[in-house]
Amino acid sequence: MIPRPRPERFRLRRTMMFMNAQKPGLIKDAYIYGCDSIMLDLEDAVAENQKDAARFSLYHALRSIDYGDTEVVVRINGLDTPHWQEDVRVCVAGGADGIRIAKCESAQDVHTVEHAVEQAEREFGVEPGRTLLMAALESPKGILNAYEICSASERMFGVAISGGDFRKCMQTTPQRDGVDMLFARGQMLLAARAAGIQCFDTVFTDLDDQEGFEAEVRQNKAMGFDGKSLINPKQIRFVHQVFAPTQKEVIQAEKILLAYREQSAAGVGVFTVDGKMIDVAFIPGAERTLRLARACGMYEGDLV
Amino acid sequence: MRNAVGREIPDALLTNGREVYQGRNHMDGRYLQKAAPKTRRYEKPQESKVVESIAQALRDCGAKSGMTFSFHHHLRDGDYVVNMVMQTAIEELGLKELTIAATSLGAAHDPIADYIEAGKVVGIQTSGIRGRMGEVVSAGKLKTPAVIRSHGGRPRAIEGGEVHIDIAFIAAPTSDCVGNCRGIGGKSNCGSLGYAMTDAKYADHVVVITDCLVDFPNMPASVEAIDVDAVVVVDSIGNPQKIASAAARISQNPRDLMMAENVAKVIASTPYFKDGFSFQTGVGGPSLAANLFLEQYMDERKIRMGWAIGGICGPMVELLKKGKVGKVIDVQDFDLDGVNSIHQTPGHFEMSASQYANPANKGAFVNKLDFVVLAALEIDTGFNVNVLTGSDGILRGAPGGHPDAAAGSKCCIIVTPLIRGRMATVCEHVVTVTTPGDCVDVLVTDYGIAVNPLRPDLIACLDSAGIPHVTIEELKEKAYSLVGRPDDLEWEDQVVAILEARDGTILDVVRKIKPFTLD
Repeated sequence: MIPRPRPERFRLRRTMMFMNAQKPGLIKDAYIYGCDSIMLDLEDAVAENQKDAARFSLYHALRSIDYGDTEVVVRINGLDTPHWQEDVRVCVAGGADGIRIAKCESAQDVHTVEHAVEQAEREFGVEPGRTLLMAALESPKGILNAYEICSASERMFGVAISGGDFRKCMQTTPQRDGVDMLFARGQMLLAARAAGIQCFDTVFTDLDDQEGFEAEVRQNKAMGFDGKSLINPKQIRFVHQVFAPTQKEVIQAEKILLAYREQSAAGVGVFTVDGKMIDVAFIPGAERTLRLARACGMYEGDLV
Repeated sequence: MRNAVGREIPDALLTNGREVYQGRNHMDGRYLQKAAPKTRRYEKPQESKVVESIAQALRDCGAKSGMTFSFHHHLRDGDYVVNMVMQTAIEELGLKELTIAATSLGAAHDPIADYIEAGKVVGIQTSGIRGRMGEVVSAGKLKTPAVIRSHGGRPRAIEGGEVHIDIAFIAAPTSDCVGNCRGIGGKSNCGSLGYAMTDAKYADHVVVITDCLVDFPNMPASVEAIDVDAVVVVDSIGNPQKIASAAARISQNPRDLMMAENVAKVIASTPYFKDGFSFQTGVGGPSLAANLFLEQYMDERKIRMGWAIGGICGPMVELLKKGKVGKVIDVQDFDLDGVNSIHQTPGHFEMSASQYANPANKGAFVNKLDFVVLAALEIDTGFNVNVLTGSDGILRGAPGGHPDAAAGSKCCIIVTPLIRGRMATVCEHVVTVTTPGDCVDVLVTDYGIAVNPLRPDLIACLDSAGIPHVTIEELKEKAYSLVGRPDDLEWEDQVVAILEARDGTILDVVRKIKPFTLD
């Protein structure tokens, strides 16, 4: 058995790669591609009569494969199916880092899953509170209730929009400029930031349309997303490239943190760096930039 | 006697001055007495050398039992010529105790296995051996051990007289009536005829077999009429579908692409990656895909590739046409894009196997190579590579130009997945050493990169480029942790194949495998 360290609620999650939990060939070493998180799917990718087989494969993967630093999240079946409770038991027993709640529409949905997780943690002797949660918003109702969902639990680390279902509900299709989900993405981002959790964009499914993919990733970054769900390893590199800070941003962040240390030790709260006013409000952003820079191999210092 | 890669070579094989492998460049500076063929004079002008049948050509060349016939493998899995000639020699002329000296043999030659079992074929000298022939040789049914040589080792052995060819058979996509041959212009085109060139110069007799007779003179000729005794016209020399695939496509497999990207990263981190650099790559998934990522780095640094060699296929021809590589020098073509480009695209040239890779001439192309990217069936913690025997110990592969390009190049990169099915590719000891570890510099796998400790300079390059790498032992342990540690193979004493290093010393031997029984 491979012991996994206690999951971190807030960590780097630029890329979450989906894969069918039933395919051992895929899940046996998905971490080699370097995505931040892998999303093992028990839901749509698995046929209705294969749910048990997929759970079996998932459990043994979690128990026997060393995923290293790669976060392992499982997408469970919707709360309107007969599968989700058993899915939760398998995730907790196997030691998954997190569970993605499909088709989440309310804080109550989060509480329902949280309760099942608590029970499973007791049942399998897993440290209470270890298993994290995230919610997938797939309907207009989910988007409208985004803030209550985002703030429903201490286990919640993030929220994601699921484009396929959402667009169907809204009677629209993917648009080049992203206008089809502009409001939904914006509303979800607002809710996530207000609740202090992370926010992830939906998958881009046309693997032949690299240009469209790149445009969407750039827009994600510009809107303030933390990361994106992916369906193929070849999408990873570009997302990491776009989400990486620029050299200039890294230098600036380093200067801010160094100056802050120096000035706060001297009892100064507001100061300037390169002519710009800096105070404590800039510190989390600068720290985030350096953590990202470290993950991208651009920073080797010890300020974060 | 134990050789430099730790293999025990039976003393009985060390006769006639034959030595065990003693390391890279061991033979440097020695003199080689070349062996001249005994050829027939054709003073009286001949209108044509075309004879009515293969049998007639064999009789005209004085074919008899005990002879060595040579063949080239440009028709690859589509080849009909080896089987046609051997069938005629054995079944029509009743010859026996024949030796086949081929540049390579493959699945197309399964029928030869029957002649081995019947004792008609008693010797095999080749680079590649696969299919049923590999199985019967591994089962110890060939009277003498097969001799496996690299593409550069073969012309060395021929030129030095270690292999004497009585009759060379040249499968020619086009020929004129006196035997000027080309690999293009016919109906079974293969492009380059590089592997046939040394055979034609050193065989006592040369027979051209073609399915497309063209007007004299067929120029520029790859094999020249001055070396040819007879021309035979047959219905078909091979199956075009199997000679050259439509187009070698770059893999879309994410694992291959990831490895290819890392290969390109390693290349770009070395000082050899500068304007005018030289390059060779294979056609395997990740090797070929390396072209794609290399091009991105070339664009980024605004540099061009000076020249490329080896087996050629579409992606390299594309680079040539785009002006991103100066010259392509071609010993074999792997797809129709390569076949259709040689001698047609400016800068796309043909070369002989000797010019490509022979370690005993005065400077083959491989000696000027900056980078080569190669595959492996297995690689061990001494960086020794096996591309010949399967995990079951059966002959099913080919060293080809692998040991030559590895030895000649400044940076030899092996790219392979860490495991294949249940087999660990990175292992403690390869079944057979076909390329010695002192010629291999970097290993790129899907689970990480390892640099040969003999190359601290390359380790420094990777470090300064921020490319993570581990020891090859760590990769081996990772592989074993995933698929388990295999039991050792069990062998009998009989040597079924001798694996010659490119310099002619003995690198390894393959023994008869003990039949496997379940407890």
